[in-house]
Parts: sequence; structure tokens; C-alpha cells
Amino acid sequence: MRIVATDCGSTTTKAILIEEKDGVFRQTFRGEAPTTVEEPFADVTLGVANSVTELQELSGYKLIADDGTIIRRKSTADADGCDLYISTSSAGGGLQMMVAGVVREMTAESAKRAALGAGAIVMDTIASNDRRKPHEQIQRIRELRPDMVLVSGGTDGGDTKKVIEIAELIAPARPRPRFGGEYKLPLIFAGNKEARQTIERVFSGEGFALSVVDNLRPTLERENLGPARERIHDVFLEHVMAHAPGYDKLMTWANAPIMPTPGAVGDILQTIAKGRGINVVGVDIGGATTDMFSVFGGVFNRTVSANLGMSYSISNVCAEAGMDSVLRWVHLDMDERELRNRVKNKMIRPTTIPQTLEALVFEQAVSREALRLAYIQHKSFATTLKGVQQQRTVGDAFSQKEAGGSLVDNMALDLMVASGGVLSHAPRMEQTALMMIDAFEPEGFTEIAKDSIFMMPHLGVLASVNPRAAMEVFEKDCLVVLGWCIAPRGEVRAGRPAFDFTLRRANEVVAQGQLIGGEMRLVRFGHGEVGMLEVRPERGLDMGASPGKPVTREVRGGAVGIVLDARGRPLKLPTSAVERRACVEKWLKALEVYE
Amino acid sequence: MAKAYTPGLKVTARTTYRVRRLLPVSGDVRVKVGDSVSAETVVAETFLEGDVFPIKVAGMLSVNPSELMPLMLKRAGDTVQVGDALARSKGIFGMMKTEAKSTAAGTLESISESTGMVIIRGAKTPVQVRAYVAGKIIEVIANEGVVVETDALFVQGIFGVGGETWGPLMVAGKSHTEDLLEEHIDASMKGAIVVGGARMTAGGIRRAREVGVAALICGGIDDADLRDVLGYDLGVAVTGSEKIGITLLVTEGFGDIAMAKRTFQLLLAHVGKMASVNGATQIRAGVMRPEIAVPLGEASSGEIFTGGATAGILDIGTPVRIIRDPHFGLLGSVSALPEQPAVLGSGSKARVLEVALESGQRVTVPRANVELVGD
Repeated sequence: MRIVATDCGSTTTKAILIEEKDGVFRQTFRGEAPTTVEEPFADVTLGVANSVTELQELSGYKLIADDGTIIRRKSTADADGCDLYISTSSAGGGLQMMVAGVVREMTAESAKRAALGAGAIVMDTIASNDRRKPHEQIQRIRELRPDMVLVSGGTDGGDTKKVIEIAELIAPARPRPRFGGEYKLPLIFAGNKEARQTIERVFSGEGFALSVVDNLRPTLERENLGPARERIHDVFLEHVMAHAPGYDKLMTWANAPIMPTPGAVGDILQTIAKGRGINVVGVDIGGATTDMFSVFGGVFNRTVSANLGMSYSISNVCAEAGMDSVLRWVHLDMDERELRNRVKNKMIRPTTIPQTLEALVFEQAVSREALRLAYIQHKSFATTLKGVQQQRTVGDAFSQKEAGGSLVDNMALDLMVASGGVLSHAPRMEQTALMMIDAFEPEGFTEIAKDSIFMMPHLGVLASVNPRAAMEVFEKDCLVVLGWCIAPRGEVRAGRPAFDFTLRRANEVVAQGQLIGGEMRLVRFGHGEVGMLEVRPERGLDMGASPGKPVTREVRGGAVGIVLDARGRPLKLPTSAVERRACVEKWLKALEVYE
Repeated sequence: MAKAYTPGLKVTARTTYRVRRLLPVSGDVRVKVGDSVSAETVVAETFLEGDVFPIKVAGMLSVNPSELMPLMLKRAGDTVQVGDALARSKGIFGMMKTEAKSTAAGTLESISESTGMVIIRGAKTPVQVRAYVAGKIIEVIANEGVVVETDALFVQGIFGVGGETWGPLMVAGKSHTEDLLEEHIDASMKGAIVVGGARMTAGGIRRAREVGVAALICGGIDDADLRDVLGYDLGVAVTGSEKIGITLLVTEGFGDIAMAKRTFQLLLAHVGKMASVNGATQIRAGVMRPEIAVPLGEASSGEIFTGGATAGILDIGTPVRIIRDPHFGLLGSVSALPEQPAVLGSGSKARVLEVALESGQRVTVPRANVELVGD
């Protein structure tokens, strides 16, 4: 079996070759070429063919025919061609949507979750109670140029008036589609089924292509996002992709529907979480935006932090976090005025790279804040359903958990996956590991990995046609395991013991010792090594089994090893600048971050 | 491979500059091919659909939406003024009638029997598109706009704020290395496009705004001064719609940085001529840089430029600007293009090049950290 997969990004089209050898699927070659959606080429398949040509040159198999199409094999005995071709796309700014619902915290939030989960960028969320006056909402709708609109509202059989009101605001506003011209704006209605007839009448005028699916919030207690998400994917293919240059041709080449890139990443993370029975957080930090994915207890969530990124949006990260927050991670002398000017210079010349160590340290400090802010946004969005009446038993009497609480629990988190330039291209793996730890503050035992060459989108689509191939490649070639972070929840006392640890490999003690409050230590434990790590926290500190209780778990080695973090959670840095700098310097040294 | 494509900013003594002037929605074009236009000439105009004002009339009368229709005093298509009665309740035994009055002026567009909401569409807003540069109309795009062509001195800046403006070109200060200070600006510069040298200082910007300068062009600006002008910290470089009463354009970047000598001299040579400036910058999909165009007359230069991002090939001898610390802002020419990636001070591996600086010193920098300068 030979599979070719491409991801058509805004600037680069990335191709990978996956081959089954001795019964195991492995990713063998990769190629890339500039994306050709924009003028003068205006045909995405040219970039696809160029990237696959690179695969052809590297692998020695003929994959591209003389007419520029991808060659298919008739049998696996054929030397040339591939058996399966799949693709994802985020070219031309990806899928941009506007969503609407009645109550911001309920149906509108469910609609937003459906759109984000399908891989869209949500430009705005309109709701009856979004604190804007109706004419302000209409003005906003008129300014936006979405690819499609998702309207929800009301539970099945409930009040129809509010959702019709929302529809009656959208219809006269006549939002103009991004592609302009004769294109009818696709509008999906996934609200109260009793309102369907009226909704059809409201949007019967020219300019809208209405489709109706099952209510995404049929009752307050239940979300049913599947039909809306599937319809979004269909509309993406039928309307949006069909209007993008060359996609009609690309769709005929592909053996599976072309998916929006983030939707595919979400799919592979869900497959992994389900397959291994774990909780996962994945992040992709780009120049303009940060995508965050999580699967906790089988529930998938995705958020896009639109203006948190490392180049186009770097100035916004510094403005939102505050320069003091960024500089708390820096151990070198830096002049604030000069830094502020440098940030703006990076914003206006986003393709430059840090040449000096000082510039790298600063960019990695900014990335910690971008990731931290994006994670805060994600945690506040990835919640249990709001507006649900809770039945409490006597056993729940002392529980403070409320409806709408975050699903994200750092103690329950098993695996963090890092991707995106600043994380993937950091000169040392230790830098990637520490950026992730500082930004996410994992608790207990957490494995850290990075996506080697941003292969997750390809594997997401592959999972829909060949889940075994997707899983095998994910485990063997996609993920680069960095190691583990071991950190107790609770406040540590500086200078006092925090926890003891013993690492054994086949009953032989590899490392043991004691961590003092505020200390970090690195135990090198290489790729392929497996051991049992026992940690015994001090009273008041929790490693996952409740405060003060020891925990023993299996750990796998990685490029960095095992990071023992006794700084406590939530992470607090000293307020005095001198002390803080000394601390940061000590941690960087302990983890050999810049050596 | 000793060549690589790299971005650059266009600075040219003469080019045939073409600019598309389009309406946001279809409308009427007011000029024809061959017409000579000035920057102020209205080349196309149209009307934008009026704002929409929803009024919950059923709620105002305390009736069910389904009962609203017979109570309506105005029908779809009727013109209404603020205060006009839209509907009247039956009252009790014909007494105590309540009226729902319009809170907006315009045309009644629709009445909903489902929600009891009435939509009023406000008056259309006129939109005019001007030529922006003096030149000739070379193409009319029916119902949409025109293409204006002129031979011009053309300079792309790196960043700007504020929209399109035009006026006579004037120079403040004596050299490209001199900061633009308060004392360089005087009342005679009202409505002018004023070229400074290095950084535009807070005092210089303040005085220019007081005097009514149309645009300031300098090498650099301090982040803190930009924040003061805008009143907020700019997060993403998408600009052009700021209402700050002046257009600011920098040719090199943020901080203490001199304008490239050639750029300064080119502008200096055309003092007194009418110049058009646009501060709009967009550094995401479809890169847009701020620009200065000084129309020179009709003789054609042969080369045609239509704006947007420019790029060219890096080769030995190519003039470049270093655009990242530790050598930020320095100009020179490429003196070597090593094939193999090199390890940088940061520890990263990247493809590099060597630049012979104007001072004679040679420095090695990542290829990603230079941009082309010149034509």
C-alpha cells in the first residue's frame, strides 16, 4: 500500500509519502512547494503536483503523470503510482464562518463549538444577549464577509420567537460572501425544528443557499453537533472549495473528501485519545493565530486564538499579556524601549528569524505568554454545557462543581503535543519542553511530544479511510517524544522538601533523589527506554493520587528525558526582579535549555 | 544554488504607476478612457444600502405578533420619519390607544408576523471614489471604477497609519540622518506632504498635527510615540482606516533609524510637486505596503508597477537592507552566498549570506533577515 497525502497551506503545500512495509505503515518521504492558489497561477493542483514531484524525486517512484495528475496503481505489484491520495486545505485563509444563536452561553456557544470543531475560523458570534443593540449587530453582520453562516437557537419544541428574531436580523443585513459575485451565501440552520418553516421563508430571498439540519442543542442537557459539523464539511466542499481556484480538479483526484486543516488535526487527536484511552491537549502556534485542541473524557474541543501568534500578531501578544509578563521569563539584560521597537519590527517584517541568543530568548518568552493566553481562552471555552439544571445527590453536597465548569484538568492531562514554528524549530528540544511546561503548567505525570514535521493534518484525513495506517504513522513517525513532566499540584515552600523520586528500569534504580521547593531537575532518559517512576510528595502536594500520597507510573524515555518540576502549581515566580531572574537562570541551567 | 528570492520594497525614480480605483458595490463611473484627472477628481460614485433598524412593534403595543398586521398604519415600502406612528393598538373600548412610533427614518422594509418586528431601512449613503493620483484614465471597468496611469517617482514604505491623502511635497530638516523635531515644522506646511530624515519624534508629530500637515514621511518612529498618536497599542499591522487627522509613513522601521539616503534624495529632488500618499498597511494575505507616488508627467518609463508586494533574486552585489538585530537597518550589498546552512548565535541552523556594509565591514546574517533595496 502506498499513500500520498498533501496539506495545502496558505503559503506552502506539504506532501508526504506513506508506505506499508513488512505489514507496518511508515512515513518515508516528504516534499514541499509553494501553494498556487493566488494569481498568477490560480490553480491549487500545480502546487500539489510540484510537492508530489519532490516526493517522486526523493523516492524514485513515478508519481506524477505527464499531464500533471497523480498516477494511480492498478495493482500493488506496479512500480509506479500510489494507491490512495488524500488532502487537507487551509489555503486562502481557511474556512471563515459567522455563527448565531439565541443565548450566548448556550445555543450560540454550541454553534461556535460546532463551527470550530469542523475546522472553521469563527469571525463573530451573534446572540440575542451579546450586549450589542440590534442595529449594531446588523452593522457587524454587514461588515463581515464569511464563507458561510451557521444559525442555531431554541431547543426542539421550545420557543421559536427568539431564533426567528435572529434570522430576521441576518436576512436584511445581507452579509456578502467572501468570494463575491453571483455566489449565494451558504446558511445552515441547526435550531429549533418547530421554527424551520418560518426560517425557510425568512431566507427565501435571493442571496442565501439555505440548508437545514438537526438541532445542535435539541435539549438544554444535550449537544448534538455531529449533523451541523458534517453539513459544514459538505458545504465547505460544495460551495467554498468549488469556488477556490483548482479545487474542483483536486476534489476529483482525492479518494476522501478534502478537509479543512484544523478539522483534520482535531480528528487525529480524537482518534489517538480514543485509541489510547487518554486525555490530550494539542497546540499549533503560528505567525498569526494559535490553534488549541483538547480531548478530555472523550469530549473534543478546539479554539482558535485569532490574534495570538509569533510574527503577524507578536505585538498583540505583548499588548495583551503586558511586557512585564513577557520579561519575567527572560534571564538576560534587555532594554524595554528597544524590545518594544523590535516587536513592532517583527510585526512588520514577519519572516525574519532570531539571529542572536538574546533574540531567541525573547521570542521564546513571548511564545510562553501566547500559549498561556491561548490556553486560558481554551479552558474557558471547553466546558460542560451551560444552562443545564443539575440534580445533586447527597454525595454531591460538598462538591462545588457547577454547570459550565472547564473540562480541561491539568492533573488528568496525559499527553501534550506541540507544533508550530517556535516550538518545532527551537534549536534544542529542551527549549520546546520548557516552553510547554511554563505555559501549560501540567500537573502530576504528563508526557510531552512534538509533531515532527506537522503531519497531523495528513493523518487526520487518513484516519477517515485507513485508521490503522494513521495510528501507526502517528506513533512511529509523527510524534517525537520529548519526555515527561512530573509536577505536584499545590503550593511548595521554598527551601523545604517537595517530593522524593525513584526511577527504576527492570528493578534497577536508574535515578533517585529529593526535589526542594522551587527546584527543577532533568533526568536524562533516552528514546525507547521504559521505566517505573515512583514519586512521594510532601503533605499538601498532590501528584494525582490526592495530597501527600505516592504515585508510581510507567514512563517512556524521550529526546529530553524526565523533567522534575518542584515549582508548585499554580506556578508563581518571585515578585522581586533580582530573585526572579536568579530563579529563571537556575531553571534554564538545570534543564540545559540554552547550553 | 547561489540565488534566492527575497522580499523588497520598491523605491524608483520613475515608473509607470497604475492604480485601480474601485467602488465597494456597483455604481456609476464618471470619467472615460483618455480623460486627464487630478488626485481630487471623482471618478466613480454610488450609494450604499442604508442601515437597518429593527423595531419591536408588537412588544411596544403589548400584542401578539400574529395580531400585529391589522394594527399597522404603515405598509412595506412606505417612507417613515422618526416619530411617525407605525401601528396603533385598539385600546379598551376604543379608548387608551397606544401608538408604536418609529425610532428611525427611512423606508419600511418588512413586518414580521412571527416576531412582531418591523425593519426600517435608512437612507442610502453616497460613496465617491477619487482618482488619488493625477494621471490619465486608461481603463473603465463598467459600473465598478477605473484604472489611472501616471509616470511617477514611487516609494514603498514599510509601515504607515492613516489613509489616502495628497498635497505638495516639502522637506523638513537637512539630511536623511536628522530626526524630525518640533522646530522643523511650520505653518507653511499646512496640507503638505512633509519629508523628514530619520525618526519622527513625538514633538514633530504633535506640531505637524497642530499645523494640519497632510502626511509625514520619515525613516522611523518609536513604538511609544505611535501608541500616543493612536491612543492604543497596535496589535496587528492592518492599518489605513485610522482617523488621526494625518497620515504617517515610515520607510525603514521602528526605532532610531535614518531614511535610506537614496530615498531621501529622490524625494528631495521633487520638492514642490504634488504627491499622493497612502498609509494603509496590511501584512497578512495580500500584502499591502504604504506608498508615496509623485506624478512626473506623461513620458513612459516602459516599466509598469501596480502596487503590492515585490520580490527579487538575491545575487552577489545585490543591494540589501538588514532587517533584524543585531545589525538592524544597516545597508550594504551581498558579498557571499554560502550554499551550506550555518549555525547562528541563537543555536538555530539557517541559510545565510554575507553583506558588505557601507562602512566596509562584512557581516553574516540569515537570508530571511534581509530585504532588497532599490528599483
